[in-house]
Amino acid sequence: MKALFYIIIGVALMVVCWQLVKLLGLTKKEDQTATPKENDINGKLMLVLMTFIYVLMVLSLWGTREVLLPQLGASAEAEHIDILFKYSMALILVVQFILQALIFWFTFKYRGTEGRKAYFFADSHKLEMWWTITPAVVLAGMIIYGLWTWNQVMDASDVEDPLIIELYAQQFNWNARYAGEDNTLGNGNVRFIKGANVMGVDMTDKNAADDIPVVADPVSFVKELHLPKGRTVIFKLRSQDVLHSAYMPHFRAQMNCVPGMVTQIKMTPTVTTAEMRENADTKKKFENINILRKAQGKEEVEFDYILLCNKICGASHYNMQLKIVVEEEADFNAWLKKQKTLAESL
Amino acid sequence: MSDHHHKETFVTKYIFSQDHKMIAKQYLITGMIMGVIGIFMSMLFRLQLAYPGESFGIIEAFLGEGGEGGVMTPDMYLALVTIHGTIMVFFVLTAGLSGTFSNLLIPLQIGARDMASGFLNMLSYWMFFLSSVVMVLSLFVTTGPASAGWTIYPPLSALPQAMPGSGAGMTLWLVSMAIFIASSLLGSLNYIVTVLNLRTKGMKMTRLPLTIWAFFITAIIGVISFPVLLSAALLLIFDRSFGTSFYLSDIFIAGEVLHYKGGSPILFEHLFWFLGHPEVYIILLPALGLTSEVIATNARKPIFGYRAMIASIIAIAFLSTIVWGHHMFVTGMNPFLGSVFTFTTLLIAIPSAVKAFNYITTLWRGNLQLNPAMMFSIGLVSTFITGGLTGLILGDSALDINVHDTMFVVAHFHLVMGVSAIFGMFAGVYHWFPKMYGRMMNKDLGYLHFWLTAISAYGVFFPMHFTGLAGLPRRYYNNTAFPMFDDLLAINEVITIFALIGGFAQLIFLANFFISIKKGPVSPQNPWKSNTLEWTAPVEHMHGNWPGEIPHVERWPYDYSKTDENGELWGGQDFTPQNVPIREGEEVF
Repeated sequence: MKALFYIIIGVALMVVCWQLVKLLGLTKKEDQTATPKENDINGKLMLVLMTFIYVLMVLSLWGTREVLLPQLGASAEAEHIDILFKYSMALILVVQFILQALIFWFTFKYRGTEGRKAYFFADSHKLEMWWTITPAVVLAGMIIYGLWTWNQVMDASDVEDPLIIELYAQQFNWNARYAGEDNTLGNGNVRFIKGANVMGVDMTDKNAADDIPVVADPVSFVKELHLPKGRTVIFKLRSQDVLHSAYMPHFRAQMNCVPGMVTQIKMTPTVTTAEMRENADTKKKFENINILRKAQGKEEVEFDYILLCNKICGASHYNMQLKIVVEEEADFNAWLKKQKTLAESL
Repeated sequence: MSDHHHKETFVTKYIFSQDHKMIAKQYLITGMIMGVIGIFMSMLFRLQLAYPGESFGIIEAFLGEGGEGGVMTPDMYLALVTIHGTIMVFFVLTAGLSGTFSNLLIPLQIGARDMASGFLNMLSYWMFFLSSVVMVLSLFVTTGPASAGWTIYPPLSALPQAMPGSGAGMTLWLVSMAIFIASSLLGSLNYIVTVLNLRTKGMKMTRLPLTIWAFFITAIIGVISFPVLLSAALLLIFDRSFGTSFYLSDIFIAGEVLHYKGGSPILFEHLFWFLGHPEVYIILLPALGLTSEVIATNARKPIFGYRAMIASIIAIAFLSTIVWGHHMFVTGMNPFLGSVFTFTTLLIAIPSAVKAFNYITTLWRGNLQLNPAMMFSIGLVSTFITGGLTGLILGDSALDINVHDTMFVVAHFHLVMGVSAIFGMFAGVYHWFPKMYGRMMNKDLGYLHFWLTAISAYGVFFPMHFTGLAGLPRRYYNNTAFPMFDDLLAINEVITIFALIGGFAQLIFLANFFISIKKGPVSPQNPWKSNTLEWTAPVEHMHGNWPGEIPHVERWPYDYSKTDENGELWGGQDFTPQNVPIREGEEVF
């Protein structure tokens, strides 16, 4: 019934708004296209709108520089992507600035006045040719550069000695499994899920025994996915229930997890967690975050790499995460040695 | 078409009407009601995003159990974004926009007495109405309405175990959409046949107003792509209800292994986006068509590059059917296929750029009559460019990896198709309201509506790009679970404030619309001094549109401000309607 109350308020607002216009005597019957006065006011206001858009653009670009992801991409692939992104963004911003200026300037400049005559200008093949060819050439460049980058990022055929890791998604939790000594993952299927074998690994597969699952720390309950710096990782992704997406924004890496199939993405971490914590962008961002958190009475945090779910997967989609730790290869190997293999843990 | 004076009862005139003008109004009003629901939902979930966990009386009042204590549940949040998307994309911007203006303008602008089949037209509206009713009813199901996102990807949408919304709510969603698609097909076939067969004497295809070209091509894309969504939905119904495995395989959920084997969710994604991407243009092209007409009329200038505009519409329509894979770059689709889709996707920028340049050139050296319809049209050109440009990032597979499914995408498509299309729809309503109701809307309320809407549209969606670039995924109930997003709350608050302003501004439009129907000043026959045929028809609606003979067409629709050899305006006025014969010595375009 309260809903009805709100609806009545809405309707009342509408009536008030009409009555106000009537009271102010603004309803008129004259010239039904716009009057010169209306053209003048609204033409000028269009310049105000243009200014608003420009200010908003500059404010957004400037004001968000500290909240964005750190400029430093944390993987070899990220470097390729970031360069392409910067060029594309620069191009977009330039075109945006010019075209918006033209639209609003023309609207202001040619706002209707008494006695202005519009110029009958229906066609110009020369002009049209130019503005077909120019975008075509620019886009050809973007397509070629884009596809080259795409191949750099996606092509895993000639990676030497990759580290194979399975990422396994379920509502609303990430699991992971290293391929172990033989660097080959044992087969998995949801039909093998039983008890502690939560990822459904086929234990009769000879490649399975040495696989190393990532388990939560018994004290903090935090699960950590450790990655070595400088070695290419090939992730094999699976899901046990619905679609999920493994998104690692700092590494500019993302791939969906699809039930019934294994998807793949490669990534070469180049910046350790410790190094990223010393990065100027990161420091500034987390200083700000900690100020905000303090005001809300929350504990301080430090930067951590994170894997998050980026495909709607149900009620707790917004809180499906896994901490990633990138470290020097020696540290990584030492850490991995301490982990139990599947054979030991099952 | 001899006797148009047979007796009309209330029921045949206002309810089961076969008259295209009445059907257009029915589409518009139904679309507006759905629009109010859709926009209101977005205001509610924007509250949640800016003030997570805070209690709001309005949330409790409208969401019942899903908003107990004034805070919405995660399930309710997902339901709201899902239904907001579905309603806005299909019910408002497809049926409400294209259904309204195709019905109103096709017969009137091509010089026909009515649609080719009035009966099918009526059926099309009533199926749309039925599907709207089913969709609204689905909001009241105990387990909640469909919540798997408007793209309803299985298995999430297929398994009630995965989320409560995938129970009865999803069933109703599918039923509603199936009826909707049937309605859309009936409508589209009717539009195509009418444009091809019922043009008046002299109305060659190359003399059609750009509105009609847009509606015509839109109807063709609809006929090609909507049936694919219908089959996708049917297969999903089979998987849900009859245990087939089209989309499902190897699933372990709620403690047990399901029997499904061998299906693929990616198949669904292909089928869905085979409609889903053309759908963007099904929404956008009619808006661009309306804008072309409004801009030419109010710039008092011919639309620049008429033939290039038609060519771009056709090119966009063709390309729109071969780009769907750009929604799927990171789904596990073969990377080579990703390359192909990057190529076709970026190509679309060329005809889009041509259209944008042509609009800007049409403004150049015009005598711009800045009435509310014109303001919204210029606004459309602006948001179309702002939103379209970021498409260059999303369409580039390598760049898409990092922004896919983030708020960047949400910002992009809202500007380029949401805001642009709704601006086109507003432009259409302000411009053709006199044709629909024989009265004028209030201009001052129109201006106020425009200014609040334009400012808030940019205020909402421009900053939103940057939350996406900060890595914030879409469809997150809140972003407090990740410390790295803590500093985005201030931006979210700004966005929500603009969203609320924009939402409330629509009340001004509704007031203006509904009160003007009764109280607006009576419209002159040709209020905007326009060239197209609908303004030669009498203000008072009649069956058959014109008393006596249908006017013949002698020229293209854009002879505005045409001058003779002495530089004087032809006939002393700056427009020459399409039915005026070519004068001696006149250069024919």
